[in-house]
Amino acid sequence: MILGLPLTLLLAAFGSTTAHATGVGDFVVPSSNAAGVQNCVEPTEYMRRNHMEVIRHQRDTTVYGGIRSTKHSMAGCVTCHVGYDAEQKPVPINADGQFCEACHDYAAVNLNCFDCHATIPEGEGWNQETAAAHGHQLSVDGAQHGAVPTVAQVPETMPAENQDQ
Amino acid sequence: MKDDNRQVDSDRRRFLGAAAVAAGSVTGGAGVAALGAFSAGLPESADASPRTEPVTDRHRWGMLVDTSKCADGCTACVEACDQENGLGLQSEPFGDNEAKWQNQRAVWIRKVKLQDNASGHVTNLPLMCQHCEQPPCVNVCPTGASFKRADGIVMVDRHTCIGCRYCIMACPYKARSFIHERVEQKLTRAPRGIGCVESCNLCAHRLDEGKTTTACQEACTAGGHQAIMFGDLKDPTSPLRQALAAQPNRQIREDLQLNTGVRYAGL
Ligand code: HEC
Ligand code: HEC
Ligand code: HEC
Repeated sequence: MILGLPLTLLLAAFGSTTAHATGVGDFVVPSSNAAGVQNCVEPTEYMRRNHMEVIRHQRDTTVYGGIRSTKHSMAGCVTCHVGYDAEQKPVPINADGQFCEACHDYAAVNLNCFDCHATIPEGEGWNQETAAAHGHQLSVDGAQHGAVPTVAQVPETMPAENQDQ
Repeated sequence: MKDDNRQVDSDRRRFLGAAAVAAGSVTGGAGVAALGAFSAGLPESADASPRTEPVTDRHRWGMLVDTSKCADGCTACVEACDQENGLGLQSEPFGDNEAKWQNQRAVWIRKVKLQDNASGHVTNLPLMCQHCEQPPCVNVCPTGASFKRADGIVMVDRHTCIGCRYCIMACPYKARSFIHERVEQKLTRAPRGIGCVESCNLCAHRLDEGKTTTACQEACTAGGHQAIMFGDLKDPTSPLRQALAAQPNRQIREDLQLNTGVRYAGL
């Protein structure tokens, strides 16, 4: 996979800038909700390599099946990962240096998703809020670590978090 | 997986074939609506919480518009639709002339005024995607982007739409819009971008959340008109089905035998 090289380089470049010894999670923007959460919606290591598959699958689930409440929604990525400026205003997630863009820029990935998809939480989301209220949804509040999926909840097809690369 | 959801319900097609259909146009003629076409399938009330299972053909969403209650000059439904689906966020391209822009900007509902030239009688009605059982837009789409969801909602998968606009030409109701320009501002619930076709999706995101109203219906009711009734065409006990049974109503362009999900009374 093309992934291997850039990510190895990444680890070398950013390896020790945060508490994460492995460098995983280093792209998480400090002002985002994600910064206060322990894990991504799947084990971070898995997400790092496979988030595009996860989103693509969710896309068809939503468009054809009408299922919008799952933790893999694109709206969810934005809600949790979007950074905030000094005035607490959300910064577009595809802006320079922001979560999706910083890594894609580094890995030379170009997306058109944000031609259409909102780059900040705008208006009431799909039903992230509703679902969160029902308790079976990802947490967007850093304080509620309990709501974040743990490795144990991850389907068997997902590699365990500490699995070797 | 996609194919499952795109299947045409051939039982309902047979019902339609057997039903009497009178030729008519928007302005004249009278017809008998093929109500039998709705009754296949098991009735079941809508789920009250966000769905976790894919949509099924147990429901078919539809509408009855009572044109006698649709007020001249009122645009409450159009405005509500704009707001709900982020259509109001579109901005006029710099230097464009206003008339051209009004013609080009995406709209999901149009208020249409019909005048009978002989009598002078004027009818107002909102015209949106009619959510045909046999949608011409789906038939002509070369990529399969234009599709009918299992619950009868006709929509565009904008991830597969290549912007060829055949569907726009095929639609007898002029219900579809093309996004000509980059869109700067959009709502999370309503992604929108250059180069794709879109149209009314009966507020699918609301239905998927377990709501059973559309923005236009809510606004029309709040405005005191109650010209729009939304509901499940497959549930014989639904208020919609009862209203359809009680009141003469018809499909626009019923001569095309598309078995539309949106019906009009007083036309
Ligand atoms: C509930 C909040 C939340 C949501 C929703 C969420 N993430 Fe994450 N994500 C995180 C956290 C927290 C981390 C960092 C975990 C760590 O440090 O190990 C992370 C890490 C990542 C990483 C690795 C970043 C790096 O620097 O290694 C990627 C890629 C990622 N997320 C993509 C996504 C995508 C795509 C979605 C939407 C499908 C998404 N995330 C949804 C919280 C979230
Ligand atoms: C031309 C506009 C357009 C582009 C470009 C686009 N999308 Fe979408 N996307 C939509 C629309 C419209 C919906 C909502 C469909 C609905 O409501 O039924 C959607 C829904 C989704 C969903 C489900 C909703 C959610 O928030 O989870 C996902 C996932 C998704 N898109 C992923 C992507 C990805 C990944 C890309 C880039 C590779 C992308 N989209 C590019 C228009 C677009
Ligand atoms: C840790 C780095 C990293 C982060 C953070 C990241 N991505 Fe990616 N993403 C990649 C890489 C690398 C690829 C290319 C994979 C390939 O080409 O095989 C990619 C590819 C994608 C693709 C597929 C593109 C295509 O053309 O098929 C989508 C969609 C995507 N990312 C969405 C997102 C979204 C949305 C976010 C922010 C929520 C995000 N990514 C954050 C590294 C990242």
